[in-house]
Amino acid sequence: MDPLPALSAIDGVMLVVVAWFAIGLAGIAALHDFRLVGRVFFPLSAALSLALAAFALLALPGAPQVAVLAIGLPDLPFHLRLDALSAFFLAILGLASAGISVFAGGYFRQGEGTPPGLLCLQYHLFLASMAMVLLADDAYAFMVTWEVMALSSYFLVTTNHRIAEIRRAGFLYLLVAHVGAIAILLCFGVLQANTGDYTFANMRAQELSPFWASCAFLLALFGFGAKAGILPLHVWLPEAHPAAPSPVSALMSGVMLKTAIYGMVRVNFDLLGSPIWWWGVVALAVGLATALFGVVFAAAQVDMKRLLAYSSIENIGLIVVGLGLAMIFAAYRMGSLAALALVASLYHCLNHALFKSLLFLGTGSVLHATKERSLGKLGGLMRYMPWVAWTTLAGVIASAGLPPSNGFVSEWLLLQGFLFTGELPNPYLRMLVPVFAAGVVLVAALAGYVMVKFFGVIFLGRPREEKLAQAHDAGGLERLGLLWLTAGCVLLGLFPVAVLEALDPITVALVGRGLAASGSAGDWLLLAPVSAARASYSPILFLLVTAAIVAVAFVLVRRFYHGRVRRAAAWDCGFPMQTARMQDTAEGFGQPIRQIFEPFYRMRRELPTPFDEAPRYKVTVEDPLWAWVYLRIAAATEAASRWVGLLQRGRISIYLLYSFLTLVALLFLTQA
Amino acid sequence: MTSFTSQVINLFAAVLLLIAFAMLSQRRIVTLINLFALQGLALVGSTVTVAWATGQHHLYWSAGITFVLKVLALPWILHRLIRRLNVKWDIETLINIPTMMLVGIVLVVFAFNLALPIAEFSDSIARGTLGIALACVLMAFLMMITRSKAVPQVIGFLAMENGLFFAATSATYGMPMVVELGIALDVLVGMIILGVFMFQIREQFDSLDIHHLEKLKED
Repeated sequence: MDPLPALSAIDGVMLVVVAWFAIGLAGIAALHDFRLVGRVFFPLSAALSLALAAFALLALPGAPQVAVLAIGLPDLPFHLRLDALSAFFLAILGLASAGISVFAGGYFRQGEGTPPGLLCLQYHLFLASMAMVLLADDAYAFMVTWEVMALSSYFLVTTNHRIAEIRRAGFLYLLVAHVGAIAILLCFGVLQANTGDYTFANMRAQELSPFWASCAFLLALFGFGAKAGILPLHVWLPEAHPAAPSPVSALMSGVMLKTAIYGMVRVNFDLLGSPIWWWGVVALAVGLATALFGVVFAAAQVDMKRLLAYSSIENIGLIVVGLGLAMIFAAYRMGSLAALALVASLYHCLNHALFKSLLFLGTGSVLHATKERSLGKLGGLMRYMPWVAWTTLAGVIASAGLPPSNGFVSEWLLLQGFLFTGELPNPYLRMLVPVFAAGVVLVAALAGYVMVKFFGVIFLGRPREEKLAQAHDAGGLERLGLLWLTAGCVLLGLFPVAVLEALDPITVALVGRGLAASGSAGDWLLLAPVSAARASYSPILFLLVTAAIVAVAFVLVRRFYHGRVRRAAAWDCGFPMQTARMQDTAEGFGQPIRQIFEPFYRMRRELPTPFDEAPRYKVTVEDPLWAWVYLRIAAATEAASRWVGLLQRGRISIYLLYSFLTLVALLFLTQA
Repeated sequence: MTSFTSQVINLFAAVLLLIAFAMLSQRRIVTLINLFALQGLALVGSTVTVAWATGQHHLYWSAGITFVLKVLALPWILHRLIRRLNVKWDIETLINIPTMMLVGIVLVVFAFNLALPIAEFSDSIARGTLGIALACVLMAFLMMITRSKAVPQVIGFLAMENGLFFAATSATYGMPMVVELGIALDVLVGMIILGVFMFQIREQFDSLDIHHLEKLKED
């Protein structure tokens, strides 16, 4: 099957996991040695990431491989399985973490909270646990590694644990992660259908009644949604991402959120068997609400990492929309359309892993160069940090979904999927789903707006503060990481057909049909997911034509207009004094969106009076769901605990009497 | 012979119950500790008898552990503790002693009633004693509730474990060795923790009276 019969892909993946573990432990040995940890361990780990991606890509087209590890409790070994779906997500993990680890080698500095060796251990535990989550083939292994993932990432988030705000963010994250984990555990409990056998193979074999299957679906949506950040469980994302160091944010947003998507796909398409149509509608509605919410709030943010966190929420929403669409098609046995929607979702997972990691790393470099996270104090950095600026530009284009980037391909595929909903047999769905499509288009457009704001305010214009002129560009390792992810974004955008062919085994396994057979087979240039007659897209052609038009325009302007570049003061509207403060700010740029979507926000605005000597303008935008959902839950909990508090009398004798009476009552009951 | 050994076991059980009543009515802490040691000795005696009658060798081991732990080690620790803490007297109980004895009798009746259907199923030679074991547990619990000082409460806790152990030997010839070792360790560690705790209580309040702990309640 593969060229190295001695080492199958699953063994290779496990070797990488063990090696990561070893690097983590080595980090403990070199607890305070920044040079060793940064220059040796992290690059080494990046090489392992590449090896992981290679093994995963090798396993993608092959048959599923299984292994049993006798670790953990007696008689309860870890079942592992590497099939096409796991392999694809492992490839995402490998490709994204390769860039992030190299960057991290240059990023972590002295004196920022946790010592480097410990950070190295937590980081590699996090990587290893994510790989094991993707390999797990029974509920026990899955939950154990899932929890390791949550805990290690918690410690990474609270790296700067001396700041109270960061500890609070970490706690919120841990809390939501555990509420989600309970739902996942219950979901597995439903799936095993009272057989007592928690292997995924057994769950696949069970035929659940529609009621219990729906329970399992809803639990999975809730549990994995808590990790992925779907509404209303998204609250931890905008808190935890700004709190964490940038490589950690990149890893969490780029890869960890994808493990939650992996869980959803695994449960809904693999373990549950055939879906029911209304599941798809639920996922579609929740996904669209999440995406819209994320992008609208991203537009109102003034902290660059918070902005990216909300943008992650939006992208997760789009991915869930794709999953919902795939479920609807799968419920009506429309195999190739289900495959199209699923491919769009998975493709977007891959894209988001790369471009969001890239953007987070870019903000990390900016943060280190300027010590500033607030958009209002940045600006004009393109001249001082060209490497970071140009690589971030690639990520921004991808995130905005502009052709020929990879982001465009997946969003285009998703909309293609929507165009075929006219063939659905259910008339209500035929009417409803195009509305969702319109919502998706709105989200895509607003995402473009957000990204213009992000890039424009940070890198373009003039520096808003004096000290920004001293900003230095990223170091060598950081550049390498940024370049790797940029290359990924560009190549995935230019060669979508190759990706589609690689995804084929997954859709064949999950919905019974592949895309390669129906449309574009044979022509590696032209992407035509359903048939060339309906819609097709050729990114390379697009790139060439765009480049040609730009070149022609450039030459014509140079030739016939003035032919020279002149640096001079801009036209000043007759107002002689101009400062960098007079540029459009992040608040100003987001103002139209804040106005249009005002009912979404809880805003507090402080406007100065005309006679104010030292005028200050301040606006805070808060999440309305925090007040509507979370504060109410908190109030209800406190009311309930006051009732329970009546039991508290403060006397040991009374407490003992409680247990004594309970014991006697129970004994009495067993006798009866 | 069987009837003879079961008579012996019944005798030990009766002694256990008697000591339980004695502990319930005893005010002096030193005597309480001695009674506790005596109860441990009765327990060892019954365990050895069961072991000899049934040929269950692991019961000798658990009898040995019980002897070392409950007859020698724990009373010694407790004696040291009260010498260090300088408490000899348990001034008063929360309910007066005659009432407590009456409640104890009710508990014994209840325990016997409860154990009757279970004993029917058991084929152990000591099946009649399950009710006594249960009564010992409940009465030790009662003692914990009604004492207002920390040391007698700890003794009540230990006595409760005695009752449980007796229930295990009499109903099913003892628990698996692992469980037994675990419980023995638990009791020892619990004792040490409670000892430290008592010192802390006294440091904080200059007294071992647990009324002071009421201040810890959140209003």
